[in-house]
Amino acid sequence: MSEGPRIGVFICHCGSNIAGHVDVEAVEAYARTLPGVVFVQRNLYTCSDAGLSEIKRAIAEEGLERVVVAACTPRTHEPLFQEACREAGLNPYLFEFVNIRDQCSWVHMQEPEAATEKAKDLVRMGVVKARLLEPLEEQEVEVEPAALVVGGGMIGMTAALNLAERGFAVRLVERGPRLGGLLLRLDKLYPTHEDARALVAKRVAEVEAHDRIEVFTSSVVSEIKGFVGNYEVKITSNRQPATGNQHSLRVGAIIVATGARVFKPEGLYGYDGQRVITQFELEERFRTGGFDAERVVMIQCVGARIPERPYCSRICCTTAIKNALQIRERQPHAQVYILYRDTETQGTRYEAYYTRAREAGIQFIRYSLRHPPEVTDERVVVYDELLGARLGIPYDLVVLSTPLVACEDARELAQMLKVPVDEHGFFLEAHVKLRPLDFATDGIYVAGTARWPAHLEETITQAYGAAARAATILSKDRITSSGVVARVDEALCRGCSRCVEVCEFGAPSLIETAPGMKVARVNPVMCKGCGACAAACPTGAMTAMHFTDEQVTAMVRAALGH
Amino acid sequence: MGEVLVIGGGIAGVQAALDLAEMGIRVHLVEKGPSIGGRMAQLDKTFPTNDCSTCILSPKMVDCARHPRIAIYTLSEVQAVAGEVGDFTVQVLKRARYVDETACTACGDCAQVCPVVRPDEFQMGLSTRRAIYIPFAQAVPQAYLRNREDCLGDEPIACGRCIEACRKQCIDFDMQDEVIELSVGSIVLAVGMETFDPVALTEYGYTRYENVITGLEFERLICASGPSGGRLIRLTDRQEPRTIGFVQCVGSRSLKYQRFCSSVCCMHATKEAILAREHIPDVQSYIFYTDLRASGKGFQEYIERARREYGVKYIRSRVARIEEDGDGRLVFHYEDAATSRPQQVKVDLAVLATSLIPGPDVAALAEVLGLELDEYGFFRTNPFSPTDTTREGVFTCGCCRGPADIPQSVAQASGAAARAAQYATGNT
Ligand SMILES: Cc1cc2nc3c(=O)[nH]c(=O)nc-3n(C[C@H](O)[C@H](O)[C@H](O)COP(=O)(O)OP(=O)(O)OC[C@H]3O[C@@H](n4cnc5c(N)ncnc54)[C@H](O)[C@@H]3O)c2cc1C
Ligand SMILES: Cc1cc2nc3c(=O)[nH]c(=O)nc-3n(C[C@H](O)[C@H](O)[C@H](O)COP(=O)(O)OP(=O)(O)OC[C@H]3O[C@@H](n4cnc5c(N)ncnc54)[C@H](O)[C@@H]3O)c2cc1C
Ligand code: SF4
Ligand code: SF4
Ligand code: SF4
Ligand code: SF4
Ligand code: SF4
Repeated sequence: MSEGPRIGVFICHCGSNIAGHVDVEAVEAYARTLPGVVFVQRNLYTCSDAGLSEIKRAIAEEGLERVVVAACTPRTHEPLFQEACREAGLNPYLFEFVNIRDQCSWVHMQEPEAATEKAKDLVRMGVVKARLLEPLEEQEVEVEPAALVVGGGMIGMTAALNLAERGFAVRLVERGPRLGGLLLRLDKLYPTHEDARALVAKRVAEVEAHDRIEVFTSSVVSEIKGFVGNYEVKITSNRQPATGNQHSLRVGAIIVATGARVFKPEGLYGYDGQRVITQFELEERFRTGGFDAERVVMIQCVGARIPERPYCSRICCTTAIKNALQIRERQPHAQVYILYRDTETQGTRYEAYYTRAREAGIQFIRYSLRHPPEVTDERVVVYDELLGARLGIPYDLVVLSTPLVACEDARELAQMLKVPVDEHGFFLEAHVKLRPLDFATDGIYVAGTARWPAHLEETITQAYGAAARAATILSKDRITSSGVVARVDEALCRGCSRCVEVCEFGAPSLIETAPGMKVARVNPVMCKGCGACAAACPTGAMTAMHFTDEQVTAMVRAALGH
Repeated sequence: MGEVLVIGGGIAGVQAALDLAEMGIRVHLVEKGPSIGGRMAQLDKTFPTNDCSTCILSPKMVDCARHPRIAIYTLSEVQAVAGEVGDFTVQVLKRARYVDETACTACGDCAQVCPVVRPDEFQMGLSTRRAIYIPFAQAVPQAYLRNREDCLGDEPIACGRCIEACRKQCIDFDMQDEVIELSVGSIVLAVGMETFDPVALTEYGYTRYENVITGLEFERLICASGPSGGRLIRLTDRQEPRTIGFVQCVGSRSLKYQRFCSSVCCMHATKEAILAREHIPDVQSYIFYTDLRASGKGFQEYIERARREYGVKYIRSRVARIEEDGDGRLVFHYEDAATSRPQQVKVDLAVLATSLIPGPDVAALAEVLGLELDEYGFFRTNPFSPTDTTREGVFTCGCCRGPADIPQSVAQASGAAARAAQYATGNT
């Protein structure tokens, strides 16, 4: 029993996050009794500089060959501890994480004794696995210092320019016949009332003049293969009649900036495109000189913040205010009412903008979903929540503020990129708080209204932000990928291609080793180590390293107390 | 590759530093306090997914500390800046810590023997620290510091107990403040915000009534590493509250104090009400609001969940005043929106959502750097070049350019990093 590797166990209090509900001293005493364990320590915060130094010291001084940390969660902290092992000269894959915070103290907060027993079980399982761990090697790949930007609106162009100015080649793909996106069809821009087309035209000119940016208009991405640092992309022209024009490119990183579209309120509030129109159509009227009305009623949240579309589209309150102010500027005596539920004008600028509208005499009337406004032929009838009374407002024009909704083909693009979209069809980032512009898949980023409806101030920020995130990849000559990947035992492989079918990341492929003899090979850089292939493989040829059958079986046996 | 100065080590400064360093640029991260982390380190959980704030922040702080291209200067401030974009010369005053930060193991032996007891700033004064202390357990750098004003020692050494207690011998009262000179191509400002002191709003009785607290105080009280070990209690009798009233827009959206909306408080009050219910299963929360500002990703759904699953009651009304009754309970006087009649509700604990305001250093730095402020005292930016200040080569992100939540601050930080990188590497 004592012949195996020398194992060290570190038990973290996580302040009182763990220690408040798990008897960490009991877990410590228990860990000391486990076979192979030669060193046990408790830390207030194992992840602190001090805790990490302790791990390194123990590897050196106690001759540890395996390290087990019982703490919060590998999701955030595994790299940290692996790095400490690496710095102390221990292969980082000889490290094992035991989650006693999420799985013990948090879920069993009310039952400390059970939480403690479970922590002991998990530590025992971690220790038996640690004994069976094998050192793994990481792969290095070169990075193609070029980026693909999908979507040629303001945001895609801004990201492209920033990367190009930093010296990277950029390929910018726009589905439509010209660059510019939504801004080409807007009139003025809140909160400063600059001209939308002037702003975007300037950016288009900068992009077109830049010799490191190659623009593909009337084009879409038709295929994406490869992995971070080395994506292979096919771009196909959608010009009619079809030209069959196709380009193949190599890029190191990809930014998605495909925007969103304006919801069309068919069947709502008498929408007819004539006397009842959308904000978007109103801006079109401003641009083309087709606007003429003295009494205007705007209705907010049309198709938004309702059970079938619960989200708030963020931009439509400010858009309504903008257009209300525009109307007053054109016709100082015009009467403009905005029927709203909540004014979404957060922050400094937009709250000031709301104040400005009230000062300019725009009438704000609050309604609630209990009594939604009704549009009749002559008037809009609304129950004013503040007055507690029903009002009938005569109108020339009703303007509906409708939300931004996801592009219809966003899901298709997402599938091609192997990235997720949320329940509304907007692209879903890797972490809502700390990785707002990243996808879980390395080397792919998102910005603009493809991510979520947002003011230009925010989407332009995101454009730069996504460019920075992409540049963290593109600035490197080479990057290192994880050692936790699938491995094929070619002697057992029958070449049945099950693994190729189940892998979500395109990592395995079949190689002909001799005439008629095929075996699977896994591209270690593309493989995420998820193990789907190992589960599907009928012969046991495929093994997910770090989660081998032997290791997992040992853990299960330990869990059952064998 | 160039060098960039990042001023302020909250989540925005940390993210900007990491992005720049990962782009191959050398970063000098100057933080005024004894640790990086900023306000986010003081929060318990974060909306809208309720991750533990420290748990997601701490790995980033450690990444900063370990990054070979990031130099962190704590207890430091920028005093002077000369030159121009591409070639700034910066003077940084680094105050003495009186503890060797590379040698200290944060064992705490020194604080054990220190006789001086002071309010703990990190815990919003709800508990105490010693004259020699570490601001919070996950602080980066992991080192204690001595507050010279608080200490009994010095010349001639009157106390010196900590020096005797420290087995590592890393305490040195002879340490001097230093002035460090840096050369950088561009600068990122991320000095964050302060919270408004609601004492001025006498109608809410903050400080007069002990059970009226601010949002940040609530965050500390409910946090496992807080002054009550994560037990949410009223300060008068240390009992768990049965009812909680949240007052929104305290100091915000007001003609007298801040005209702006603080952006995050509708959401953080919602979060706090959810957390209260998770800690105390039968607690009832009331949120008194003006408009519910919840247009970020997943925010409406979060509020729906608060309503449905956590029984949070949202009342659209401004609270006119709060009065304490005999047993420390608080009476909220407000006007019922539907009937326009005065109404009352009694709660055990009141939580004020105070505005996020620019800290005093925003104006001071604007002076040093020759920058314009906006009408509220934040760094002035243009909505269409949102991370640029009014001076070329100087960028800004996070709450010092206006109130923002964490995802916004992080996106802005990456954005400012991209802009700063353009100048650091000499390509404009
Ligand atoms: C009516 C209205 C008024 C507004 N007014 C203002 C305002 O006054 N001030 C303000 O700050 N914000 C305003 N906004 C918000 C602002 O428009 C957005 O923040 C901004 O347009 C986002 O730009 P984008 O590049 O992300 O998206 P878009 O401008 O929509 O650009 C996306 C581009 O991607 C292309 N594309 C889509 N799918 C693909 C694909 N699969 N392959 C290739 N290309 C693709 C599209 O053709 C388009 O050109 C308004 C929004 C609306 C709806
Ligand atoms: C009660 C409350 C609850 C909140 N809850 C949430 C939530 O759940 N989710 C969410 O997304 N957001 C939340 N927020 C908002 C969140 O706190 C901010 O978005 C975030 O802290 C902003 O980070 P920052 O880096 O811009 O500023 P800060 O966190 O303020 O950091 C600024 C840093 O700069 C330093 N500094 C200041 N002056 C100087 C100087 N002169 N020189 C050098 N350094 C200096 C400071 O010491 C500090 O470390 C909450 C805010 C409050 C008040
Ligand atoms: S921004 Fe305003 S109009 Fe648009 S969905 Fe939100 S609350 Fe409704
Ligand atoms: S482990 Fe997962 S990612 Fe790797 S090859 Fe198998 S299925 Fe694909
Ligand atoms: S010398 Fe100062 S810091 Fe040290 S123990 Fe005495 S009072 Fe505390
Ligand atoms: S006793 Fe010394 S090593 Fe320990 S915390 Fe204090 S200063 Fe640091
Ligand atoms: S976010 Fe909500 S509570 Fe905060 S100032 Fe704005 S409206 Fe008031």
